[in-house]
Amino acid sequence: MLLNIKDLHVSIHGKEILKGVNLQINKGEVHAIMGPNGTGKSTLAAAVAGKDNYEVTQGEILFNGKDIKELAPEVRAQEGIFLGFQYPVEIPGVSINNFMRTAINEIRKYHGQEAMTAAEFLKKMKEKQQLVEITSKLKNRSVNEGFSGGEKKKNEIFQMAMLEPQLAILDETDSGLDIDALKIVANGVNKLKTKDNATVVITHYQRLLDYIVPDFVHILFDGKIVMTGGKELAFELEENGYEWIKEKIKG
Amino acid sequence: MAQDEKQILDEVTSSDYKYGFTTDIETEYAAIGLTEETVRYISAKKNEPEWLLKFRLKAFAKWQKMEQPNWAHLKIPEIDFQDIIYYAAPKKKKELESLDEVDPELLDTFNKLGISLEEQKMLSGVAVDAVIDSVSVKTTFSDTLAKHGIVFMSFSEAVQKHPDLIKQYLGKAVPMGDNFFSTLNDAVFSDGSFCYIPKGVRCPVELSTYFRINAANTGQFERTLIVADENAYVSYLEGCTAPQRDENQLHAAVVEIITMKDAEVKYSTVQNWYPGSKEGKGGIYNFVTKRGICKGDHSKISWTQVETGSAITWKYPSCILAGDNSVGEFYSVAVTNNYQQADTGSKMIHLGKNTSSTIISKGISAGHSHNSYRGLVKMGRNATNGRNFSQCDSLLLGDKCGAHTFPYIDGQNSSCVIEHEATTSKISEEQLFYCQQRGISQDSAVGLIVNGYAKEVLKQLPMEFAVEAQKLLSISLEGSVG
Repeated sequence: MLLNIKDLHVSIHGKEILKGVNLQINKGEVHAIMGPNGTGKSTLAAAVAGKDNYEVTQGEILFNGKDIKELAPEVRAQEGIFLGFQYPVEIPGVSINNFMRTAINEIRKYHGQEAMTAAEFLKKMKEKQQLVEITSKLKNRSVNEGFSGGEKKKNEIFQMAMLEPQLAILDETDSGLDIDALKIVANGVNKLKTKDNATVVITHYQRLLDYIVPDFVHILFDGKIVMTGGKELAFELEENGYEWIKEKIKG
Repeated sequence: MAQDEKQILDEVTSSDYKYGFTTDIETEYAAIGLTEETVRYISAKKNEPEWLLKFRLKAFAKWQKMEQPNWAHLKIPEIDFQDIIYYAAPKKKKELESLDEVDPELLDTFNKLGISLEEQKMLSGVAVDAVIDSVSVKTTFSDTLAKHGIVFMSFSEAVQKHPDLIKQYLGKAVPMGDNFFSTLNDAVFSDGSFCYIPKGVRCPVELSTYFRINAANTGQFERTLIVADENAYVSYLEGCTAPQRDENQLHAAVVEIITMKDAEVKYSTVQNWYPGSKEGKGGIYNFVTKRGICKGDHSKISWTQVETGSAITWKYPSCILAGDNSVGEFYSVAVTNNYQQADTGSKMIHLGKNTSSTIISKGISAGHSHNSYRGLVKMGRNATNGRNFSQCDSLLLGDKCGAHTFPYIDGQNSSCVIEHEATTSKISEEQLFYCQQRGISQDSAVGLIVNGYAKEVLKQLPMEFAVEAQKLLSISLEGSVG
């Protein structure tokens, strides 16, 4: 099993957001996590990535069988966890080239590998840029600075392609995208899928799932996964709305 | 988690100052303290002409009546000027003819600092004047430069070989008696570099002076004078390091630049004097006067500085824009960490018509340090159509440091435009997390973000220097984030 989350409780500044999440993800799978605003979807993503101030008060996060909840965020990334940000951060003056090269080489160092040569790196940049249809001018621009919403999200998928993680968690990658950009992003994610990696897409809408077809759909509600099903669950949800979930839980 | 933050904050600078070693070389000292005798001793040691001795003595008399300035946003412990050795020099047996005659210990010192004095190894095409304690030990490439009529040698040597040039230009940008520390330098300056670029000559290599304080209890008072004659150009680099010692050492240098019509001088500094221990013990007091005068029309002076060292920095590289259409620039990155203090900035004095100046200052404070920008933009009565743009940004790491901005503006001509922009920001947790999530460690992330922040200034530096400066910025801030 790639990721095994057991009874995960997470608090932010003393307020409990996740109240016992269980989730199992195997290699080769695509999972979708859906749910209304403020139920803890982004908290779950950030807690797995190890964000500061996200305090695990109970439970375990096992990645490849190893409990990672005490590991620094960079170590989790080096182990193969990638988070596609809902709001990608601007880093003025730092070129994407420099940013990616630093990231790749720190990850390689962690695995006892030599730094990538400049030629290898540039070749890889070029190759992966095509995947998300971004222009070659990108590499000299500062990370996310002055990017449009669509460019920022494409840039997230581009970085995912560069880093080749075992587990990618994409937090609301579809928000703010027009249909063309959505297709490009989804297409990129699909192309990156292998039997050795897994993808988790966090989304509000069923729309994205027309393009990235999940093996499992989970509904997160009030800090817990309250329902799990196949891709048809997303349609049901779209049709009936979240009120339907509330009813079902009560009933 | 807040506890963790605190811990990280407290674990300041894990990396050691790389240049903290001392070299065991035979050194000759002046008696400790400062009297008229000391001034005469230094002048005699240098075999100086009478007029220069008089210059020194006059300055000394003036200095004795002056008081140390206290207007800067600095806490300067009292300095006992009688407890300093004003002259220390590696013992020289005779005039050096070739590099083989330089003390191998000295060569080793410069090799450790990453400065090769062996010309054949100098692929980068930089001519170096190396100054250790009070004396210039070796100037490389002199002969090549001489072919272009360029004079580049130690100040003492220039006093002997080109007394007329020295007499003509010394004190033209920083007049004798200008301020407390420059006047002290006037009296006791030991050595430094002199550079003269004749009319119409573009200096084919970067010129560089490397300063090293080695001996204990000594002050370093070097003097640099650069003159670019009509339509001449030179790019000049300055680097400095010092051993790690518990007591503070005083460094009071003066740099003067004079540009004639259509001439341009680019002066870059990477200042890495020993900053003191992380508890704030020791370190260099860097009280430096740097000023250039654009004497001729259409001339240009550009200062770029990366300041990471010194316990206390007091330094305001300035331009007097006397010639019409002359241009002054100041690009600065100043980093303070632990208990370092810096009060630095620039003065742009517009006198001529259509003069323009730019000030870009990036301050980065970490630990318990205090970092101040202080600048003056003055438009004189005749400075018709003068233009200035100033941008002063401060970046804070942690919550125990301070950043301050003191801009002074004095406009006496109504046709002038003066713009000032300032920002203060903190490295955001979001930025750090974003980097870390991509596998980049916290220290590397800080290095990356800070270098990005300072890019506008770093790109002004010559290539080799820029790489050094980038590394230096990262190292100076290692372990400083919370």
